[in-house]
Amino acid sequence: MAEEPVAVVGIGQTRHRAARRDVSLAGLVREAALRALADAELTWADIDAVVIGKAPDFFEGVMMPELYLADALGAVGKPMLRVHTAGSVGGSTALVAADLIAARVHTTVLTLAFEKQSESNAMWGLSLPVPFQQPLLAGAGGFFAPHIRAYMRRTGAPDTIGALVAYKDRRNALRNPYAHLHEHGITLAKVQESPMLWDPIRYSETCPSSDGACAMILADRAGAARAPRPAAWVHGGAMRSEPTLFAGKDFVSPRAGKDCAAAVYRQARITDPRREIDVVEMYVPFSWYEPMWLENLGFAAEGEGWKLTESGVTELDGDLPVNPSGGVLSANPIGASGMIRFAEAALQVRGQAGEHQIDGARRALGHAYGGGSQFFAMWLVGSEPPTT
Amino acid sequence: MPQPLRAPLVVEFPFTRSLGPVQSAFLTGLRERTVLGVRTADGRILVPPVEYDPVTADELRELAEVAATGTVTTWAWNPAPRRGQPLATPFAWVLVRLDGADTALLHALDAPGPGAVRTGLRVTVRWAAERTGSITDIACFEPYEGESDPYEGEPDPYERERVPYEHEHEPRPRTAGGHDGRFDDPVTGIVAPARLDYDYSPGRAQSRYLHALAERRTVGERCPSCRKVYVPPRGACPTCGVATAEQIEVGPRGTVTTYCVVNIKAKNLDIAVPYVYAHIALDGADLALHARIGGIPYDQVRMGLRVEPVWTASSRYPDHYRPSGEPDADYEVYKELL
Amino acid sequence: MTRYARDVAIIAFAQTDHQRRSDELSEVEMVMPVLHQVLRRTGLRTGDIGFTCSGSSDYLAGRAFSFTMALDGVGAWPPISESHVEMDGAWALYEAWVKILTGAADTALVYAYGKSSPGEVRDVLSRQLDPYYTAPLWPDSVALAALQAQALIDAGHTDERELAAIGARSRADAAANPYAQLAGAVPRGDMVVGPLHRGDCPPIGDGAAAVLLAAGDRARELCERPAWIRGMDHRIEAHGLGVRDLTDSPSTRLAAERAGAFERPVDTAELHAPFTSQEVVLRRSLDLDSRVRVNPSGGALSANPVMAAGLIRLGEAAALIHRGESDRALAHATSGPCLQQNLVAVLEGDSHG
Repeated sequence: MAEEPVAVVGIGQTRHRAARRDVSLAGLVREAALRALADAELTWADIDAVVIGKAPDFFEGVMMPELYLADALGAVGKPMLRVHTAGSVGGSTALVAADLIAARVHTTVLTLAFEKQSESNAMWGLSLPVPFQQPLLAGAGGFFAPHIRAYMRRTGAPDTIGALVAYKDRRNALRNPYAHLHEHGITLAKVQESPMLWDPIRYSETCPSSDGACAMILADRAGAARAPRPAAWVHGGAMRSEPTLFAGKDFVSPRAGKDCAAAVYRQARITDPRREIDVVEMYVPFSWYEPMWLENLGFAAEGEGWKLTESGVTELDGDLPVNPSGGVLSANPIGASGMIRFAEAALQVRGQAGEHQIDGARRALGHAYGGGSQFFAMWLVGSEPPTT
Repeated sequence: MPQPLRAPLVVEFPFTRSLGPVQSAFLTGLRERTVLGVRTADGRILVPPVEYDPVTADELRELAEVAATGTVTTWAWNPAPRRGQPLATPFAWVLVRLDGADTALLHALDAPGPGAVRTGLRVTVRWAAERTGSITDIACFEPYEGESDPYEGEPDPYERERVPYEHEHEPRPRTAGGHDGRFDDPVTGIVAPARLDYDYSPGRAQSRYLHALAERRTVGERCPSCRKVYVPPRGACPTCGVATAEQIEVGPRGTVTTYCVVNIKAKNLDIAVPYVYAHIALDGADLALHARIGGIPYDQVRMGLRVEPVWTASSRYPDHYRPSGEPDADYEVYKELL
Repeated sequence: MTRYARDVAIIAFAQTDHQRRSDELSEVEMVMPVLHQVLRRTGLRTGDIGFTCSGSSDYLAGRAFSFTMALDGVGAWPPISESHVEMDGAWALYEAWVKILTGAADTALVYAYGKSSPGEVRDVLSRQLDPYYTAPLWPDSVALAALQAQALIDAGHTDERELAAIGARSRADAAANPYAQLAGAVPRGDMVVGPLHRGDCPPIGDGAAAVLLAAGDRARELCERPAWIRGMDHRIEAHGLGVRDLTDSPSTRLAAERAGAFERPVDTAELHAPFTSQEVVLRRSLDLDSRVRVNPSGGALSANPVMAAGLIRLGEAAALIHRGESDRALAHATSGPCLQQNLVAVLEGDSHG
């Protein structure tokens, strides 16, 4: 018996902000969940199960917060799962939810990911004073900057590329009402002149710290048929992990990322991703990760990713738009960031992306990864159901 | 084999929690010595007031005042209070259904001993002298000699508080107080300090590594399967999934494989910016470790720079690495070790 | 027979010797041997496994992303299809089971670990409570279980004598379990939080467990008598203790119904009841009568590595079937204060002959 096709029939997110002081943790997740239910025109009673994800519990200081959030998410009396796969968690969470439908265990599943970073300080959570360990010497960007330098060395990319990505994503965010950063006066010069924090990363090339949540309603074929708006269909989905640190690890283009993309393309019968995929929402926490992932995901040959960025291919009006939503560079509620990528990909193929809609988008890739470049989660969604 | 290491790890943070309207009203009410519940669509009053109905998932917003007196629905005698708990002397944990409420609130009951506590005991709130808008504005409960439960004669408290999965509740008339939960100066957030103490032990492989470091030697471990040398060793070869054991001394010199220039001062670090944070492949190691580079202007650091450790008296790790004076390494030699 | 797309079985189970402390072992050093054991028993290698899923908790470890380093013990190279739940490993097993049901994998490796020794686990678990009204009071896990125990006593469902007998039976049974931390004649001990005494509470300790799952013919090929998962379901209840009937576990009952537990009697039940009083609640919710062997392993009262203890119930139940000592067993796992969330699986062996 083949898997049940999985459809995205409802999507909701919060307006991501530095701090949502007006809501509790429950209020935050509830807002995204209600919007997803409204989009699908469903009620709590229609939901069979809830799959929730977020990054480390220390960020909010609540251990396994899904226990407390069960009431707010209408999960009482239902199955509830909590996924945690580091930065890729938003994507992994959606994939776990999709499996519940593909396996025909459930027909309608609410999946949600969130982070309320304003409850604490992510850097505190990431750098607890573990005895005997060398303290983190360089802050958040210091972890990523050496890998970016390695990419530049390997490919000979000019050092202007990162700013182009940031300028593009921040402009795209102006079209996305849910994005955290709306920098109306943004110019390329402003990005280029922003302070150099972790050379080669400038301030404007880093992601913000956000409070936010994202939710999706996933349904089976019958659920999609009843849905009031077009569904996005899951054509492929995969997770791949490799060790965090190991001899021979390629931080610039990790094999787990390549393998994950290959698995998704195989399921979706994509042989030429550059031509067959219309839009990509990828997890770019620092600008330079766009050209790096373009190569890792097979959109460009090794060493050539930056050329796509430089030539405008990834712009909103380019032939492979990347992060029309503004991406992680414009909103980063950590645990939710991956799910936002998945949801934005789905919005595109549903034709529901509003001002940042890519005309005629039929196939979109959603991509998420964990900060150590060790965990990857991706899905490919289409406007038509998969043919089996 | 040397003794495994152990050291305290304190995880402590004052979390800043925004409350939302219902929780804001409840905690503000406590500050004003008023206990509020929230009314559900079927007329039950939940205390403490939750934002979402545990049965229907409906959003709840209608606040209603209940009494500061109530009845113990279950209890537990705590002979040895722990850090952070409401009372420092032995007390009872209690679930208390306040008069006018349908559900019970968890708190402490000050009582001389377990013999003085029973389910059904009438209790009243003892307010904290200083109240800020937090659950600890209720210092605790204390036995109450006043009027009896206005609901006495109804089914026992347990039956009444039970929340069934399906709607089977008949709304009952009640005589809750008049406060509607609106306050002039509401509390919108709380600071919730939390401290947990751990006794951290890094395990066998890292203990051996740290013991060697104390002698200023860097000792990795070789995978018996793929022969790669791991520094620091973490007990397993992560690609082969087997234990590493054979110790291999590496370094002390190494090669800068990649780096960044840090221009932003990290909160907990006392290092003058700018400085260079580098990945260094020690000679003989099969992956790079991370360290600061000194003894050279930051803008002269480059990939391939050969470096050696500089130790200070107090530090467990090399304080930083400085140029060793050797010629730069060729990119081909270290390109797999970034 | 089965209500699912595929037949899936637990084909191997391994656990550590559960101990009060394990300072000499990092988490990966503790986990790796059990991973090797389940692989060795089936002759599989990491590269043969279709999906890997683990369960653990950062709060228990005191470090963010603690699970990332445990993955080192798996040997995730070339990269593997892998996931992690911040839950007891029983739910990791559930996720892996679903993955196999989709057809995307035929085998799965599931593991879980927890070291309670570094922190004060009673206090750590208080961080699970709602962060506005309850967590600031630091009610510890024993206190919450004691409130539940008293409610049971008040309702006439048990008494302290029966609770003591449950503790004694569990530790006596654990004498036959070489992995148990607490076994034999264990005195009831002092009151910890009344009405619960030391003997009503689980030992605090460190441990890990691993399970292999396989589908259909693959399971038959790798295991002489696979423990088929005939049904599995999990349900959560409201969070607030004051809105729940602590003497009952409707989520356990519902999960058991959905898992088909009531269709035919089971001969054995492995219940994840860290406190003696919780066994009383679970027996009532599951309608277990005296013909059902409960916790022949000694249960969580004999070894309670937090985050792994639920997975161990599934493993112990499966191991009985593997050995031919059970034909139909129920396994249960719990999470959250006072049994807030519960998972039930029904396992069966093929008939002999």
